[in-house]
Amino acid sequence: MQKFTTLVSTAVLLVNENIDTDQIIPARFLKATNRDGFGVNLFRDWRYLKNGAPNKDFVLNNSLYNGNILVAGNNFGCGSSREHAAWALSDYGFKVIVSSYFADIFKGNALNNGLLPVKVSEEFLKVLFQKIKENSKTKIIVNLETQIISIEAADLSEEFEIDSYKKTCLINGYDDIDFLVANKNKIEAFEAQQTQ
Amino acid sequence: MKKTLFDKVWDLHVVDTIENGPQVLYIDRHLIHEVTSPQAFKELEDRGIPVMRPKQIVATADHNTPTINQHLPIKDVLSRNQLNQLSINCKKNGIKLYQLGHKNNGIVHVMAPELGITQPGMTIVCGDSHTSTHGAFGTVAFGIGTSQVAQVFASQCLLLTKPKSLRVTVNGTLKNGVLPKDVILYIIAKLGTNAGTGYFCEYSGDVFKNMSMEGRMTVCNMSIEMGARGGMIAPDETTFEYITGREFAPSGNKLKRKIEYWKTLPTDEGAEFDKEYEFDAADIAPMITYGTNPGMGIKITENIPIDKNESSLKSLEYMGFQQGETLLNKPVNFVFIGSCTNSRIEDFRVAANYIRGKQKADNVTAWLVPGSKQVESQIIAEGLKDIFDAAGFELRQPGCSACLAMNDDKIPQGEYCVSTSNRNFEGRQGQGSRTILASPLVAAATAIEGKIIDITKQLN
Ligand code: SF4
Repeated sequence: MQKFTTLVSTAVLLVNENIDTDQIIPARFLKATNRDGFGVNLFRDWRYLKNGAPNKDFVLNNSLYNGNILVAGNNFGCGSSREHAAWALSDYGFKVIVSSYFADIFKGNALNNGLLPVKVSEEFLKVLFQKIKENSKTKIIVNLETQIISIEAADLSEEFEIDSYKKTCLINGYDDIDFLVANKNKIEAFEAQQTQ
Repeated sequence: MKKTLFDKVWDLHVVDTIENGPQVLYIDRHLIHEVTSPQAFKELEDRGIPVMRPKQIVATADHNTPTINQHLPIKDVLSRNQLNQLSINCKKNGIKLYQLGHKNNGIVHVMAPELGITQPGMTIVCGDSHTSTHGAFGTVAFGIGTSQVAQVFASQCLLLTKPKSLRVTVNGTLKNGVLPKDVILYIIAKLGTNAGTGYFCEYSGDVFKNMSMEGRMTVCNMSIEMGARGGMIAPDETTFEYITGREFAPSGNKLKRKIEYWKTLPTDEGAEFDKEYEFDAADIAPMITYGTNPGMGIKITENIPIDKNESSLKSLEYMGFQQGETLLNKPVNFVFIGSCTNSRIEDFRVAANYIRGKQKADNVTAWLVPGSKQVESQIIAEGLKDIFDAAGFELRQPGCSACLAMNDDKIPQGEYCVSTSNRNFEGRQGQGSRTILASPLVAAATAIEGKIIDITKQLN
């Protein structure tokens, strides 16, 4: 996993609420047996028209908006547990997703792939939407060490929460498998005690 | 200290607690399928880590399988590859696989309970969000991502922060024609799609006590649609009776001892929940959804609410509906009875009972997709297939099918489908398809009439 400490970037806006993982990556693209290349089909059915041409109204096709941060409406990532959604977002180039709410499974999947979900208040999200709409070049700073997200020019910031274990993992680029495998003795002892 | 059902099961599985961090939770059973496992196997292989407890894993092929001609080689190359990969991975690692055509094959959340793999007091995970289904047995069961599938392969454990607890109580008696599906659609419509985020939900009260195991599974299945990681119902005589005699269930004295233990699991009187909701069974009616998330549901006789929220408006535009209008008499050309929510024998009995002696409307394509080989056999053995055939319904072979439309079972662009599945997301049943969630009874009635009708009129 890639290490994450601080990111300064412009952002892409997706104001829709309840964006489910079926929209992030539709089921028909889940037939692959590896993790790569899902980015081309990210938001496929919003991004392309039925005839395959890019949908000009969709934000990923709007050259005004770009960057490694996706700012999205409330309850992002609900629905299917498919980790392909996190892979598609990462593969496309996103490193941070900002929303006022994340579905549990998506949040876990994102963290396991070095993609940082930043949960902000509804008010802060509104301000983000507004500032980025006003000026698409607005820079957002996400500092994992201090757990602060800020809007550079506006001098506005908010603290965000993250589990301290997960934070250490992200900063150092470790993952859960490393940790669990290192604790195998404890797990086997637990099993032995269960069968008694 | 007084404990909830969830606390009892969870706490017993904690191997270790990291300071200021998550807990290491032991997993009793791990269910896998073709779509979310290949990358996890690969991850382990790349890191040179063996699968720790292959005997605690059971695999099935369900998401990506055809529902006709299952005896023939799969036409779609990518789907075929994915299934082959599952066979290879299971063989290599000594994991039991019920592949396509096997008598135990089926949708993972239908076949595992049916075989007695799912038991009270266990922790069960699967790379599928509807793993919450198994909670109907008083099991801590939840969906996980592929990285977590790899973690369980490697260590039989997961690193997790314990969710908070939520209880939904429904007391009273359900009205005629109100099915478990209506109960859960009603709860989600009331609470919204993220009321449960961060919580494990226990369902309690008369309504769930009096429900069959099939009904309880339907309810727990959709817990995830209100954001909850899992749903649970306390095990009782109904549960024990269901489990007894199943292929992988304990038997004899072992079963007796287990039942004694299972009886200790229900929530202690006076135990506290972080959040509680209560509803009256008498207020629940046959439900239907009008939008693109499962929280957008109404009683079949109600009108679509007026809601100026931008997302709601987009959703209605997608569905081709107007605020304030009724869904009654809307023509519908597709009906799907299936998915891990409603593809058990009881669901097909309800449908058959309604359909008997009637004919499906000419405009309707009606697919019936059993949740497993066993359900399929039962449909035939009980003579339900004859009823379906005579009425013009198409009984297909088991699998996820049009629930997620990964195979060829797709609803065409712009068409409405009254579906017993669990998600009405945009394009869920095929690009541009429009899903209306409902119970098997409402689905059957829609197929007969070719439009949505007020089923309550026929019931009273
Ligand atoms: S039937 Fe639908 S919801 Fe259930 S496991 Fe299959 S795809 Fe998932």
